[in-house]
This record gives sequence, C-alpha cells and structure tokens, in this order.
Amino acid sequence: MSNKAFQRTYTQLQAITKATISLKAQGVANEELATVDGKLAQIVKTKGDLVTLQVFSGTEGIPTNAEVRFQGNPPTLKVSEQLSGRFFNAYGQPIDGGPEVEGEEREVGGPSVNPYKRRQPSQLIPTGIAGIDLNNTLVSGQKIPFFADPDQPYNKVMADVALRADVDKIILGGMGLSNDDYLFFRHEFEAAGALDKIVCFINTTEEPPVERLLIPDMALAAAEYFAVDRNEKVLVLLTDMTLYADALSIVSNRMDQIPSKDSMPGSLYSDLAKIYEKAVQLPDGGSITIIAVTTLNDGDITHAIPDNTGYITEGQLFLRADSDSGKVIVDPFRSLSRLKQLVQNKKTREDHSQVMNAGVRLYADAQNAKTKLENGFDLSDYDLRCLDYAKEYATRILSIDVNIKIDEMLDTAWELFGKYFSPAETGIKQVLIDKYWKA
Amino acid sequence: MATKGIVTGIVSNLVTVQVDGPVAENELCFINIAGTDLMAETIKVTGDKASVQVFESTRGLKNGDTVEFLGRMLEATLGPGLLSSVYDGLQNDLTTMEGVFLKRGEYTDPLDHEKLWDYTPLASPGDKVKAADWIGEVKEGWLPHKIMVPFSFKDEYTIKSMVPAGQYNIDTVVAVLTDSEGEDVNVTMTQKWPVKVAVKGYRNKPRPQKIMETGVRVIDSFDPIAEGGTGFIPGPFGCGKTVLQHAIAKQGEADVIVMAACGERANEVVEIFTEFPELIDPHTGRYLMERTTIICNTSNMPVAAREASVYTAMTICEYYRAMGLRCMLLADSTSRWAQALREMSNRMEELPGADAFPVDLSAIISNFYSRAGMVELNNGKTGAVTFIGTVSPAGGNLKEPVTESTKKAARCFYALEQSRADQKRYPAINPIESYSKYLEYPEIIEYLDRKIEKGWVDKVLKAKNYVRRGKEMADQINILGDDGVPMSYHESFWKSELIDFAFLQQDAFDAIDAVTPIERQKYMLELILDICNTKFSFEDYEKCREYFKNMINIMRQMNYSEWQSEKFHSYREQLDQLLSENVK
Repeated sequence: MSNKAFQRTYTQLQAITKATISLKAQGVANEELATVDGKLAQIVKTKGDLVTLQVFSGTEGIPTNAEVRFQGNPPTLKVSEQLSGRFFNAYGQPIDGGPEVEGEEREVGGPSVNPYKRRQPSQLIPTGIAGIDLNNTLVSGQKIPFFADPDQPYNKVMADVALRADVDKIILGGMGLSNDDYLFFRHEFEAAGALDKIVCFINTTEEPPVERLLIPDMALAAAEYFAVDRNEKVLVLLTDMTLYADALSIVSNRMDQIPSKDSMPGSLYSDLAKIYEKAVQLPDGGSITIIAVTTLNDGDITHAIPDNTGYITEGQLFLRADSDSGKVIVDPFRSLSRLKQLVQNKKTREDHSQVMNAGVRLYADAQNAKTKLENGFDLSDYDLRCLDYAKEYATRILSIDVNIKIDEMLDTAWELFGKYFSPAETGIKQVLIDKYWKA
Repeated sequence: MATKGIVTGIVSNLVTVQVDGPVAENELCFINIAGTDLMAETIKVTGDKASVQVFESTRGLKNGDTVEFLGRMLEATLGPGLLSSVYDGLQNDLTTMEGVFLKRGEYTDPLDHEKLWDYTPLASPGDKVKAADWIGEVKEGWLPHKIMVPFSFKDEYTIKSMVPAGQYNIDTVVAVLTDSEGEDVNVTMTQKWPVKVAVKGYRNKPRPQKIMETGVRVIDSFDPIAEGGTGFIPGPFGCGKTVLQHAIAKQGEADVIVMAACGERANEVVEIFTEFPELIDPHTGRYLMERTTIICNTSNMPVAAREASVYTAMTICEYYRAMGLRCMLLADSTSRWAQALREMSNRMEELPGADAFPVDLSAIISNFYSRAGMVELNNGKTGAVTFIGTVSPAGGNLKEPVTESTKKAARCFYALEQSRADQKRYPAINPIESYSKYLEYPEIIEYLDRKIEKGWVDKVLKAKNYVRRGKEMADQINILGDDGVPMSYHESFWKSELIDFAFLQQDAFDAIDAVTPIERQKYMLELILDICNTKFSFEDYEKCREYFKNMINIMRQMNYSEWQSEKFHSYREQLDQLLSENVK
C-alpha cells in the first residue's frame, strides 16, 4: 500500500483531538486513507480545504508537524483462498507470523446486495442447543446477536455454535477481545481441527479502540469473497459489538456531533445496519450468516446499543443465569429468531411450532406462579405443577449445555407436557395431541 | 442555462456545493464523481452555498468535483406497469439492475417503455377536461388503469384528438389537448409528479364512510381502521410489528397495496416478493403481487433515499386513488425515516429538538399523514388511500418524539406490548391502550349497523369493558391473593382471558386462523359475549380456572377449524355441552 505512485504529503496539522486530526489539504477524496506520523487514518469530513481524519490507533504523540501522507484509496483487503486458517489485525496484516496474503485487493465496506437478488433464507442451522434449535431456530443468511451480561459465557456458546454449524468458513471478527478470550478462540478452533476453515480479524483490548471500527468491514469483505466468489456458506462471528459502538461514539464525540440517546451518535442505527445487513442468502448458494455478541449492562435492553441492534437483527438470543436450575439458559421470553418460521415444520417435524409455543406459554405460567409464591400466596395445584415443569424444562431444554437433535428436543417437550399437564392445558391442536401425546 | 456548482465540503452524505446561479429548495442535482453521476437533493441554501443530501455513498468524492442542477424536484414516474414492481426509494427498478451488488450511480427506468397496453378511450374530441380527468383506460392485470390528464396541467382543456382503441406503449401520444390560449399539448400514458407535493385534482375530501377489513380480529372488531383512514403501530422490537403489517398487506380489503420498506431488514422485503407472487388475494382470487408495489430502501441502503421512499410510495397511492381505486400504504418504519432526518439535521449542525430530532419533525409527520384519505373525484366517483405506518420507539418507550408526533396525526393506535409478546399472546396489540377514533364517527357507527348488525359498536364496547374489568380484577388478585378476593373476581378475570385467548389472539401462521372474515368475527364475538353475560357458579377458583381453560381450549380449536365445517360444529356442540353443565 505504501508504494503508490501518487502520494501527497503534508506536514502542518491545524487541530488534534484524542481521535482525530485536521489539516489543510487539497485534492483528497472522502473516506480516503492516509498515514499520520506512520499511523493509519481515514478522512471523515472536509470543509473547504480543511480535512478531518480519524486516526485509528489514537493520536497520542502526534505532533502538529506530523507527516501526513494520503494514499488515494479507502481501506482494502487482499482476498484469496490464502485467507483460510489465518489471523489478522484490524488492518488485515497477519498476526500469526505467516506470510502476507496474495490476492485481489478489494475495498472494504463496499456496496449492498440488491435486495431483489437475495433469496429467502431456508436452510436450518442446527446447534444442538435446545434453547436455540427448539425455541429460536437459526437459518442460514440470518443475522442474530447474543444479548448477554459481561459475566455470561457468550464467547464459549458462540464458539460451540460455530463449530457445530454445518458451514464452509467461519470468520471471527474480535473487537476489544481480551487477550485471554482471543487465545481461547484460537485454542477452541485448533482443538476442533477446524483451523483450515477459520479466518480471524482481531482487535484486542491492548490495541486502540478506534481500530475496532475496521474489524467488521474486514471480516465481511472476507466473508463476501467466500460467499459471492466461491459460493460458500460462511458464518461470521462478531464479538463484542457493544465495544464497536463505543468506538463509534468516541469518534463522533471528537467531531463535535450532537449525541442522541445514551451519548451514541444519531447515525448508530445506520452504522450498525450496514454491518448486519451483509448477512445474505445469495442466489447461487453462497450465504453469509452473522452471529454477534452485544454485551448488556445488567440486562438492560433499552440502552441504545441493544435497542438499535434489536431493530436491525433478525432476533436475539438472550443469555441469563437461571436460579431454578442453576444453569445458564437461553431466555425463552426475551429471545427470538425471526426467521424460525421459514424452517420450523418445514425442515423440522410438523409439531415443532406448536410444541415450542406451548412449552413457552406454560413456562410463562410458571413465572406467574413464582410471583405468587414470592408474594406469599397459596399456590394452586396447577401452579405447583407449573413450577415443577419449569425446573425440568429449564434443565432439559433451556440450558446451554444441552446438546441433542431437534427430534429429541420435541420428544423431551412432549414427555414434560405428559408428565405435568393434561392435553387441554397445553392448548395444542387436537391432531397433534392425537399423534404425539405421551401419557 | 442550468445552474452548475462545485463541491466544497463533505461530511458523510451531506455535501456543500458552491453554485453559480439560482437553486431551489428540494431541487435535484447530479454530482459527477469520476464519470459517475450521483443524485442529490438540495436541503438548504445559504448565500451561494447549497447543502445537498446525496442519495448514494460519497466515498471517493473530492472537493472541486462538479455538480449540475436539474431544475426539478424528485419526481415519481406514473403510468401502467407500476403494480408488481420492486423499486428502490428513488423508484429505480431493482429487478432490471445487473449484478448481485447495487452499483453507485446506476439508475433504471421505473416503467417498461416497450410493452403494449390495450387502450380504450374514455373521452372524445371536443370534451372539456382538466387535470386528473379520465380520458382513457388500459387493463393493468385485472385493474382498470385510467389514463388521466396529467396532474401538473393547470388549465381547462378541450380534447383535440384521441387515438382509437388499440395497442400502444406508454410513450404513445394518446390525446392532444388544446388549452385556453389555443396551444396544443400532448398526453401520453405516463406522467411525472414531484413526490413531496400532495396530488390534488379531486373535488373534496369527505370523512371516511366505511371500515377496511383486514381479517385481523383485534383490528376489525375492536379498533377498526376506516377506508381512507390512518393508523400506526408502535412497538418494541420482537413484538410482531412486521408479521402484523404483512398480515394486513395480505388480507387487507384494498385494490392496490404499496409497501414501503423504509430502513428495515432486506430479508423482510425478500419475504414479500418470494411469497406474494404465490399467494392469492382472499377478496378477488388474484395473485397478491398483481396488486402490490414494493418500494424498498432497506437499512443498509443510502440513508437519504429513506425519506424519498415514503414520499414515492405515497405519490403512487395518490395516483391510483385518482382512478377511483382503494389503496393502502404500509410504511415500515416511519421511525427510520425520522432518524434519517435526524442524521441530516445533525450534520447540518442545526439546533436539535427532543432526542436530537429536528424541531419540525412533528409538522413533517402530520403533513405526511394528511395525504391519506378518501376523496370524491371530479366525476363523482370515490377513491381512498389508507395509511398504516409502524413506529419503532427507542427502548420500547412510547414517550419519545416519533411516537408522540405520530399519535397527534394518526386516528388509530395499535400499541404492541412487550409483556404480551413475552407471553406469546399474538398479535401483541394491547386491547386496552389501543384505540380507533373511527368508532366515534357517526358515519362509521351507522355503516357498521348496516354492514354487521344494529348496535355492533355497543357490543364491541361491551367486550372491551369486559377486558378492562378483567385486567382490574387480575391486579386485585395479584395484590390480595387467590383466596383474598370474592369468586366473582375470578370469574371476571377468566371472562377477559376468554376474550383474549379465543378472540384477540390469532395465529398468523395458521392457514385458517390467520384470516377471519367479518361474518365469522361477528359469530365468535357474540358467542363470547353471551358467555360473558352468563352468571356462572363455581365451588372454588380452581374449578373456575379449569372450567374456563376448557372453554378456551374448545374455542381455540374452533378458530383452527374451517368455518361452519363439521369439525367446527362439533366443537360448538362440545362448548354448548360444557355451558349447560354450569349455568346458574
């Protein structure tokens, strides 16, 4: 990148903030890259000949006479089969000691797929986790985050899901990943013998936060190469998107933009949508599925980050600790897969959706009973049965350590219905009761 | 001479242009970037500096790049062939674009210029006509598509000549008109209209007279929307906004449906154009896609075109309304449009209003809603645009600027509720908070008396009251405990649960339950009201719960059964049996 024929160099900065610098320059293009004192930066604003750049690694130590070299192009990534099995930093440079990747140089953060050229997602992604497969079935081409408090084992669950999913490539975009978590992912992928189908772009907490802004675009540019050019099924893991959004707010704040809710930039929705909407089922069989992590502050989903995310993604998987069963469960109320009806009863057994709904409804009744219990009221026979059911349902269905086939999940649910309830109490269609009821 | 300019500043999609001549507010321009023209709209002018919002990515744009102003606002192209189309927010035909990815600066024609249409004249030489008068007709699918005197024609005209019936393409001059000055003007089958200006050309706009059936019980019976009415659906994510909107689009009793996917998920649009060509309109037996136009500016498409998308969609509806058709516009979601306004306002460094939204947000929203309505055309026929918008309130909190502004403008309010969705009580419309102002209109009450039966609205209000009372009783039971309240509290509570489970809740994914014609709604609601009006006797609250649970189960099975089928009647008999066991 550094040996471009046409390079303009400037040495007089007009302003410096923690994340941006401004200088007078001519003939530069919007979103063009530059190096400032050797650090990578990108143009975010021009006003007359005053140009503002965001410096990805922070502006610490940049003097007002720093050398600014414009490179004449937006961020790019070289794409080819050589990406497989490799680990990169936010700029797409190898961090695994291996050689540079040879391949076609492509702009990252490129255009969107024509919605008319998309196909309806229709392939089931089984994960073995009943809280997902039974209640919130995943479909290829979907985009869905885990909503979890920082103390939940979301990275572990995500790694499990990725390694069990039947996909050709797994692309990990790590933003603000602790070094321990980075090594954890590396170890999990190695231990599963899956390294050849992994591509990782990693920004750890040791690296500057603004660098994170490049990670999703890099990961998705690689994903688009495998899905569009090679017709592969690609699963992209993005963790943690909350830290990505925090980086956005840093930059917008330094640019004196008026913040909207929770001091996030007003464009947060569009910024996140540009990433998540890269999830796609393509006409020629390739697909990009995005599973992300959005960490929450004490389960608060009304904060601008999870809130905007929820409006963009096709559902969310909400992890929480359950005191009844002592397990981490996929919360059936707060979790949702919007695409589940595209595969339920079609790619799975005919009773799937009714069993799912009945299971959750009865679990909701158990929560009401629990409230009554907490308020010191007598419980009815039905309440007591609900409570017993809820405990077993949480342990055998909702817990994230369950790993069984979907038919087994359905059979387990019928077993629980038969054990604790009468057919009428489940509200399931009579034809299905006749066929599957286990007295 | 067209005004020209050069780029002097860029912040994301807001570009400042130094101009060399006059520019108008909302005037379009093309910004030339390395041989590609990017369309942009003027949103502010200060001295010789115009601020324009670019409808595309500005990556690579440089100061000094040239700009050419077009002397016109953003226009919709109107004519036969709009139905079944899939457009972007600027009305580019997405189906004719090449390649998997959208290319910047690629603009495609909204209408097919080759296709021949069977044209029949509706007027003759010598006739006096004015804007929006019908002068010819073609068949678009099964709909009579009127060819009109263009809306932009201001004068009164005399038809000088008219082509005979025959096959023509849309560019054929079908009539020549002479204006009051004696000048001749040509009329083809297509015309253009600026999207931000409401289409007039009708005699008056009376109050709505009838309701528009949607097949969704909680809407049609509890809070009906009028033909030509307005409504909105706010709700946190995951409460079924989109499922509900799609249900209305599939089942709504309208001739033309325009769906504006504004800043929402692309897969939802994919669902529409995958499923609609296969689905049958329950009212006409034709394919749904034949009456549907999709305008899609999904969340990853350029932000500025989001605003354009809702206006383009409204203009297409108004065009069909002028043909005497009943149109429905569904916009999902108007919050995304408001956010696009906020992004621009922010980049222009305007002083913000609440939550950083522009201060004129409320005025913009109410102005847009006011374009809906029933109209009486110049020839005495009527047409209607019914508008339902969704709102995505931040954090699910309805006390935010977009919801509040919309509440002032829309006549129906369908509040989707998180707790109902958590309990899988779909559609998650809160029956107590939601309202339809149309239930207060004497015209509508009288219409429902005729259409359903005398006193229908009273029955609905009664049912609503049972739900309200049930809610109060539930609160009491929660405070005082099952044993701490009289039996009648339990009975009231379970009566409201019966209304909820057997009537308000509806399975949008069940072939039969998804659509309930008004006749069937009447049957079920009356049946339920009869039960609610009955005084029961129970030994204890356990028995009461069990009894009503049984009843609910039977009535849900009724909802799942074919209307008036043997199965349906056998469940009805079961219900009667159950009722006869316990009546005071």
